[in-house]
Amino acid sequence: MKTYILKRLGQSFLTVALVVMVVFLLLRLMPTSGYFERDDYINMDEAARTEYLRTLGVLDNPFVAFGKFVAGLSRGDLGRSISVYPRTQISEIIAQKAPYSLAFGLSAITISIVVGLWLGIAMANHKDKLIDGLGTGYIVIVRAIPSLIYLFLIQIWVSGLLGWPMIFYEDQPVSWILPVISIALSSVAWYAIWLRRFMVDEENKDYIKFAISKGMRRKYVMTRHVLRNAAVPIVQYLPAQILLTISGSLVVESIYSIPGLGGLLVYAIRQQDNPLVQVLVLLFSVLGVFGVFLGDVLMVLVDPRIKLAGTEKRKVQA
Amino acid sequence: MNTMMTEIAPALFARAEMDDAAAERSGFSQYSYWRSTFRTFFKSRLSILLLCIIVVVTLFSFLYPLVSSSEPNTVNLDIESWNMSPSQGGGIFGTDALGRDMWARTWYGTRTSLQLAFIIAALDVGLGVLIGMLWGYVKALDRILTELYNVLANVPQTVLLILLSYILQPGFWTIIVAMCATGWIGIARFVRNRVLTIRDAEYNVASRCLGTPLGRVLGKNVLPYLASLIIMEAALTIPYSIGAEVFLGFIGLGLPQDTVSLGNLVNLGKNNFMIYPYQLIWPTLILATVTVSFYIAGNKFADASDPRNHV
Repeated sequence: MKTYILKRLGQSFLTVALVVMVVFLLLRLMPTSGYFERDDYINMDEAARTEYLRTLGVLDNPFVAFGKFVAGLSRGDLGRSISVYPRTQISEIIAQKAPYSLAFGLSAITISIVVGLWLGIAMANHKDKLIDGLGTGYIVIVRAIPSLIYLFLIQIWVSGLLGWPMIFYEDQPVSWILPVISIALSSVAWYAIWLRRFMVDEENKDYIKFAISKGMRRKYVMTRHVLRNAAVPIVQYLPAQILLTISGSLVVESIYSIPGLGGLLVYAIRQQDNPLVQVLVLLFSVLGVFGVFLGDVLMVLVDPRIKLAGTEKRKVQA
Repeated sequence: MNTMMTEIAPALFARAEMDDAAAERSGFSQYSYWRSTFRTFFKSRLSILLLCIIVVVTLFSFLYPLVSSSEPNTVNLDIESWNMSPSQGGGIFGTDALGRDMWARTWYGTRTSLQLAFIIAALDVGLGVLIGMLWGYVKALDRILTELYNVLANVPQTVLLILLSYILQPGFWTIIVAMCATGWIGIARFVRNRVLTIRDAEYNVASRCLGTPLGRVLGKNVLPYLASLIIMEAALTIPYSIGAEVFLGFIGLGLPQDTVSLGNLVNLGKNNFMIYPYQLIWPTLILATVTVSFYIAGNKFADASDPRNHV
């Protein structure tokens, strides 16, 4: 157990190190205009631009610059934003915006676990009945149609129908409801589809059929055996989901103008703010990597069947 | 029940002659994997309908630009013709803010998006299957590819997609490169797990003993076994690719504005939705028809290709 966790941890750190390096070096390929504020770029002549880039360290040898960047990271210095929030420390921006993403993300996860698991169980228990059909329809819509389209239509139509504000206002709690539901929509579908599938698979196994034919109550078998076994692979994805709430839902935060990190990334890309994009991409990757790590560890703790040392991890295709 | 209802006739009690051919038939299973798969698939009326929709929409979007005279990018300088809804006589789907014909734009856009999706599906699945087969079959590669997978699969796919599209210049091939760079490894992993289960099957061991070259074993023994998986993965990659183009367009990393694609149409239509809803509704309806059809047909085919569902 300990060796497994240590090995996985080492692997995660290696991944993070690789990701940091690759992202940093790749962003060197971007046009340098992304390091200027717009007016500055127009007003400066070529020599002044070169001088400015030199003070930023953009013209250094990429590996020297990378060393500086890592040294900065270890001191908690993430660099400064350029065009989105001129000359502001990126760490300050993140500290200010992360709570919004976190609050919205955590409420959405709570909803999606409760509703998603309920829907999955209901669909598996009433296979091929009305609720199964409705649930399948919902899952198909959410997964097949690009999220931007239905999220936008929900924003316009539902807020119009109920007379709610169309964008997020911090002092109007009623404007918080739609964004939370919007973020939850796709993960509800995710939980429901997997739980249903695992439960149906599990139900067809011999030991379940045996238990039922021996006369055990169906409800008991469902909760004690089917649900418990089916929930294991889902537990694995929980930590990644929780950690990634910090990154927020890109589309939802952007269309509701929520001042969170997801909307910030979209804005930074549109403004071509290279340092900000770099830090946000790194942050989201690191959260993702450690989410997967925690999920694997949690899975070992939850599922007694998993034997360690060299055994295959069971992975669910997301 | 039926046998009991059959009228009892003396003919039934006649002595049967020994027939070698009939004996052979009863001893031989008529089961054919592909016939059963297609029979299960076409038994559902929904599958047939979806397949028809896919064929009709694809054919129409590829043929329309060849036969039609209306250009999707012709700007009409007459202000009267701007933002005309279909009911005001602006053509079948109306006109947009520059008097361009939405009907033509929608079909040109569908063609671009389908082209994009087909190329991505072909490359993604092709690369994924090729590498997945080697990954599963050649033991020496397993270690390296598994480590690579552990690194790539840990990074959120959306982040990777955004990063790649940000670094490369926006364009048709950029989206393809970014999508394929993130998509192949998941498919390869899936294929690898399938291949592992048949790697040491008798017929493969026999081929190895006889010194069959690797390429032949993979092509003749392994690939046919994966055919249904390939069709399913391709069908499911298509709606995902179309969705990714819409998403990238929204965050400003999509196709250039002068390219007519469903993603650009949706994003433009979204901006004018409050005043001219038809400019979003029509392209969206076509887009949703395409993606939903591919998604359900892909899933139906996956069910049909599972031998457990063959009767």
